[in-house]
Amino acid sequence: MSLFSLNHISKSFGGVQALSDLSFELEEGEIFSVIGPNGAGKSTIFNCISGLYTPDEGSIQLAEKEITGWAPHRIARAGIARTFQNLELFRYLTAVDNLLLGRHIHMQASLLRILAMPFRRSRAAREEIAHRHKVEEIIEFLELEAYRDRPVFALPYGIQKLLELGRALALEPKILLLDEPAAGLNNEERQDMIFWIKDIRDQLGVTVIVIEHNMELVKDISDRVLALNFGRMIATGQVLEVLEHEEVRKAYLGEIPETT
Amino acid sequence: MKLKRGYFEDIRIFRNRASRFWTFLFILVLALLPFFIKAYYLSVINLMALNVIVALGLNVLVGNTGQISLGHAGFVAIGAYSGALLMQLGLPFVPALLLAALLTALIGAFLGIPSLRLEGPYLSIVTLGFGLAVMVIIGRMDVFGGRTGMSVPKLKLGWTGLPYDTALYYVFTITTVVLVIITIILLKSRIGRAFQAIRDSDIAASVIGINVSHYKTFSFAISAFYAGIAGCLWGLYLQFVTPGTFSFMMSIIFLATIVLGGLGSVTGSVLGAIVMTYLGLQLENIVGVPVLGDVIVAFSDSLMNTSGIANIKWVLTGLILIGVILFEPMGLNGLWLRVKRYWRLWPF
Ligand SMILES: Nc1ncnc2c1ncn2[C@@H]1O[C@H](COP(=O)(O)OP(=O)(O)O)[C@@H](O)[C@H]1O
Ligand SMILES: [Mg+2]
Repeated sequence: MSLFSLNHISKSFGGVQALSDLSFELEEGEIFSVIGPNGAGKSTIFNCISGLYTPDEGSIQLAEKEITGWAPHRIARAGIARTFQNLELFRYLTAVDNLLLGRHIHMQASLLRILAMPFRRSRAAREEIAHRHKVEEIIEFLELEAYRDRPVFALPYGIQKLLELGRALALEPKILLLDEPAAGLNNEERQDMIFWIKDIRDQLGVTVIVIEHNMELVKDISDRVLALNFGRMIATGQVLEVLEHEEVRKAYLGEIPETT
Repeated sequence: MKLKRGYFEDIRIFRNRASRFWTFLFILVLALLPFFIKAYYLSVINLMALNVIVALGLNVLVGNTGQISLGHAGFVAIGAYSGALLMQLGLPFVPALLLAALLTALIGAFLGIPSLRLEGPYLSIVTLGFGLAVMVIIGRMDVFGGRTGMSVPKLKLGWTGLPYDTALYYVFTITTVVLVIITIILLKSRIGRAFQAIRDSDIAASVIGINVSHYKTFSFAISAFYAGIAGCLWGLYLQFVTPGTFSFMMSIIFLATIVLGGLGSVTGSVLGAIVMTYLGLQLENIVGVPVLGDVIVAFSDSLMNTSGIANIKWVLTGLILIGVILFEPMGLNGLWLRVKRYWRLWPF
């Protein structure tokens, strides 16, 4: 059985059919890309998976468990983490605090235990310290040392993108949803992002779904691709197959000359 | 070279020796103060302590969780009346205080429920309505003496061997210091971080696994808990409470206090409450200042339409707040941080 499946999902907003009858499955450890023109419904897929939207029809399963209609925080605990197309960081908190919040689901000190936190040996202090170590690993992994104690709003855009990735990683998810991770990045930053996404899969074994417009990135990292237009799947399969697909080319209206 | 960090330093209450030194010195001064100053000033400090407690709690809700309450005086009233009633029934002070605060917290949690669906202006109106409703309801309940109010039994503090005023001062300051410390710890913990996450982005908070409704309700409960404690002590301070004591204006002043002090900051809550209490007592004296006083009175009479000194106080408070928002949005805490950066680790 597959790790994750989306079965006949439909979602509409008033008159707009954002998704219709969409299905796909994920194998453990693969990088699966979703492409399609703006407004195709890509982000809506993520919003349905992470519980921000409830699909009108269809079901979503994670490791045999039906998670359709679950609240976002439950889905996060079940092992799905994500980033957003337009960055949703905690702007007035430092980079470290943002990453520590990614550890929230793994921390459990109760209010009463927390009151003992000033004592080094208390359970709450030991928990907090353990998670700060964990966060430090992520800081090292993504090379964020220079930014750790700066508030997010003061960080460059590229670093914020990376930090959001780090926060999602901190959850130690089974599945990572990345909504346009390379959007707005320069060439060098994009190369780094490609490197990290591959690393996340290879080293941490995380299954990744990527929404991306940059075909270089898509070609480089994807095991499989799904192309979407007007909420419908128009092609799925190997990268080059999908990019060569006639309907895909039409949907993009020549927006992807760099295919070959 | 990599710096080995212990991480414990990140969660300690005091960041460095200097801040610990100053804090202990401050507490020492507080402890010795009754031997040097007049009872009137002790009662001023008591009033400041009450406002500090409310401000701490309100700042958890507003400055850290990003919710709003225009009805915090309602929570203070519930704490005051329930505390008074419990003590009248013969409960000793500490259990009465905690029970009153827990009851207030429970009601706070209930008031938190609309916050799950409402935002900004709508939540303001609900909390505003709550504050007004509490006054009206208490005013109709005979156990609480209705509109005439009820008297609050004095504490039995004779065993301390201190004059009543002095003993009460210690009760107030010890409670306040304990609550300040608890707030600092709370805000450094996973719970405080979750509050701040909700403030900055409730969507992001939910997708990283924070149960947003749970924490919003919890924040209301905690905030109300502080107000309940302050209320119970307020009763002891006044020795007699009426529904009118806990007016809408009081709720507004609480909010003004944390804006003046600095949203989200514990230092800000403390400084804001101290300054606001002082202004509340002293601002009316500006009427006596030559020329300026006359101008303000004339201004108030002609434009604000209600005559009298209380009105002038509010007008000036409003002006001060506008000044804060324009020139130092981080409030007194912002000023404080700058001063601190200037002096750094003095005297070490
Ligand atoms: N919350 C919403 N309310 C109304 N319409 C929405 C909402 N979210 C998405 N849509 C609509 O659904 C369609 C797909 O949007 P989206 O999934 O964001 O596209 P993509 O990410 O592929 O660019 C668009 O027409 C968009 O306007
Ligand atoms: Mg999108």
